[in-house]
Amino acid sequence: MLKPKLVVVGNGMAGMRAVEELLKIAPDMYDITVFGDEPYPNYNRIMLSPVLANEQTIDDIILNSREWYAENNITLHTSARINRIDRKARTVTAENGITVEYDRLLLATGSRPFILPIPGAELQGVLGYRDIQDTNDMIAAAKIYKHAVVIGGGLLGLEAANGLKVQGMDVTVVHKNSWLLERQLDRTSGRMLQQSLEARGLKFLLQKDTEQLVGKAGRVTAVRFKDGQEIPADLVVMAVGIRPNYALAESAGIHCNRGIVVNDTMQTYDPRIYAVGECVSHRGIAYGLVAPLFDMAKVCATHLANFGIGLYKGSVTSTKLKVTGIDLFSAGDFMGSDDTEEILLHDAVGGVYKKLVIKDDTIIGAVLYGDTTDGAWYFQMLRDRKAIHEIRDHLMFGQDSLGNTGHQGQDKVSAMTDEMEVCGCNGVCKGTIVKAIQEKGLFTIDDVKKQTKAGSSCGSCTGLVEQILASTLGGGYAPPSSSKAVCGCTELSHEQVREEIRQHKYLSIPAAMQGMGWRTPNGCATCRPALNYYLISTWPHEARDDPQSRFINERVHANIQKDGTYSVVPRMYGGVTSPDQLRKIADVADKYQVPMVKVTGGQRIDLLGVKKEDLTNMWADLDMPSGYAYGKSIRTVKTCVGSEFCRFGTQNSTQLGIDIEKAFDHMWAPHKVKFAVSGCPRNCAESGIKDVGVIGVDSGWEIYVGGNGGIKTEVAQFLCKVKTSEEVLEYSGAFIQIYREEARYLDRTVHWIERVGLDYVKKRVVEDAEGRKTAYERLLYALQGAADPWAERVQKRDEHQEYDTITV
Amino acid sequence: MSWTRICPVNDIPALGARVVRHGEVDIGVFRTGDDRVFALHNSCPHKGGPLSQGIVYGDKVACPLHSWKISLVDGKAEEPDIGHTACYAVKVENGDVYLQLDK
Repeated sequence: MLKPKLVVVGNGMAGMRAVEELLKIAPDMYDITVFGDEPYPNYNRIMLSPVLANEQTIDDIILNSREWYAENNITLHTSARINRIDRKARTVTAENGITVEYDRLLLATGSRPFILPIPGAELQGVLGYRDIQDTNDMIAAAKIYKHAVVIGGGLLGLEAANGLKVQGMDVTVVHKNSWLLERQLDRTSGRMLQQSLEARGLKFLLQKDTEQLVGKAGRVTAVRFKDGQEIPADLVVMAVGIRPNYALAESAGIHCNRGIVVNDTMQTYDPRIYAVGECVSHRGIAYGLVAPLFDMAKVCATHLANFGIGLYKGSVTSTKLKVTGIDLFSAGDFMGSDDTEEILLHDAVGGVYKKLVIKDDTIIGAVLYGDTTDGAWYFQMLRDRKAIHEIRDHLMFGQDSLGNTGHQGQDKVSAMTDEMEVCGCNGVCKGTIVKAIQEKGLFTIDDVKKQTKAGSSCGSCTGLVEQILASTLGGGYAPPSSSKAVCGCTELSHEQVREEIRQHKYLSIPAAMQGMGWRTPNGCATCRPALNYYLISTWPHEARDDPQSRFINERVHANIQKDGTYSVVPRMYGGVTSPDQLRKIADVADKYQVPMVKVTGGQRIDLLGVKKEDLTNMWADLDMPSGYAYGKSIRTVKTCVGSEFCRFGTQNSTQLGIDIEKAFDHMWAPHKVKFAVSGCPRNCAESGIKDVGVIGVDSGWEIYVGGNGGIKTEVAQFLCKVKTSEEVLEYSGAFIQIYREEARYLDRTVHWIERVGLDYVKKRVVEDAEGRKTAYERLLYALQGAADPWAERVQKRDEHQEYDTITV
Repeated sequence: MSWTRICPVNDIPALGARVVRHGEVDIGVFRTGDDRVFALHNSCPHKGGPLSQGIVYGDKVACPLHSWKISLVDGKAEEPDIGHTACYAVKVENGDVYLQLDK
């Protein structure tokens, strides 16, 4: 059967991104032909500024080589501008005479620089700034001429001006407004930017209207303003805006209105014709930044693949300037108005300015200058419309990534050299990441993680990687959206998956995958463990727990080590042991020649280096319950000595710790769960950094939640104070149960609370007495009859042959 | 070239694996969701992780140590990782798994 023909007009970033997305979901569906009017394959247009500034070469910024087109059986026509679409015959014709038929047509004709309609605009030496040709012309001009004038003090204009300065020209930027980047900055930050650019030798003429370009022998020689002033100019770059290219579509009778009009599926008024990119007018908006174009491309691809699920609903954009050494960030409505509030931080000498615009308890706009560390964080809150009253008093001071470990305490990328290590787990330096972003054309955090491994292990450096990505890509950077799909096997988010499982009462992974339309036959190593957890936590005693969808540690109830051996940690409730237990552990360690015996941070004993085939025998000899030191489950309840012995103790923390550990034993959770109970505010059990930390005071117990002593130290937040240890069990049990029911798989309690807010947790656990009681009962029901997995494996040895090696 | 009988297919859990010890060498014998059987040297090309202990999906296994994805069909690591694990010829006859060990 003949494949349908897809013709793409426009070989730029939007069109090719749509093709790439299409190839990902429907690789062999179409015969694809691409027309581009430039002589190059698809390149990274947003990297032209670094090319002009001598930081990169043209070869560095090619995104799809000619070999790529060949490998994917795509016919590529370069230097071939399409000048006619015949919608009746369903053909397109290029200026060079080539005519091609289409079944589906994708228009991605982009935009062009707006050239001011003033006398002299046609002179030689007057350019827009759009493509490789323009860039090469500027570099060439810089070798012969001295005076450059850039008209337009927007992002593109300033990047061009900076590049021309680096090329050795004397550069003046002319701008109509009274400050630079008025679409990205307010007056104060605009002035700060101007000062730092002036310090680099750029000159500025603000509030100037250009009247005409003066020429001699056909080449520009000067710029004259309406106030009569004239300045010399051998090169004039117009950067006053872009205009969508829609003349081709309009001439074919497709509805246009300052852009090719498309609906939310990126379809034009002709159902066979789609359009993406800067040529498009979507809900009345034409976008000029790359992040929205990629969103459009993704949506369009799903429809071209007849997999019509994507809807494009517009984008909120943020911007960064790609001038090395200058950090600025802005998003949303950063100017504010009478009915908005403002939080401001301004250090003129230190060159730092931050402004947050707030309305109805949410951030609606932000400008950051000099320190953009938290730009992505603010932007995320802006897009999620997150209520900020809980964190308002320290909002301005940022996400405080100073608690992070593993990268030399650095939290500002601009202060790091290329050789400095960003990812301490995988040993990835800043330079390596920048290089990968540039050379491999990466646009998302996930791309960077996959290619460089930075941020792919413990994840503590993700914020830094994000900053590197944002500063390298500038306007091309798209922060990850908050509710993303579980993995590549589905479009559904974690929340949607949980809801579906609840609604349709799926009880097994195959049933759930089939019901939710999973794209893969049996998922992947990311979604299967998540699904398994969601099933058993939503339908305890009913859903089937699938061992093959659990990570090895939970499958064999021991923790795998780097050499493939395992560690064995028996439970010691509340960290209390006895001479008998210790003797048994010592005997077992001798018998199995355990290479290392170590006391853990959770107050118990770890036997390390055990062979898998020895596990069952060892458990039989130990005759102690599993400590679950390997699972997304309850780990330990750490305790201090308490009132039994301690002269300061006010409460019996040891006994309460033992009670809690026994009550919640065998509990699976989205991630590991750690408790601690201290008998007085000296807090020797470190309750402040546990998922649930309990502190005894004379009149009762204080309960703290959401602490974390790991990658990023998080201090637990006060939840409530109760009188009795029974209440501690009920309150903390209800808290953990709601976390078990609502958090995303692999979220620690701190991440979950960050998302839903402590107010929400208080409402559910503290204020709603009935809800608390039933939540606690649901937890007890889920744990009913749970048996020790080690004893079970010892008893039913024959059913667990996976521990045995087959010898041949 | 000779075939060595290993075990019944049903001794390998679907979407799981068993370890076969051949002299000094451990071989992971894997069974996919659609009951195909593959055999790889039980060692990830990255840091030698025991692949047999990983999560099996499609025709791949995710190494339990650092989650490299290794193809069961040809032993190759999924891009962008680069590496290769040795494969063994496998056949299933009358519900029994056979390996070619003398290579």
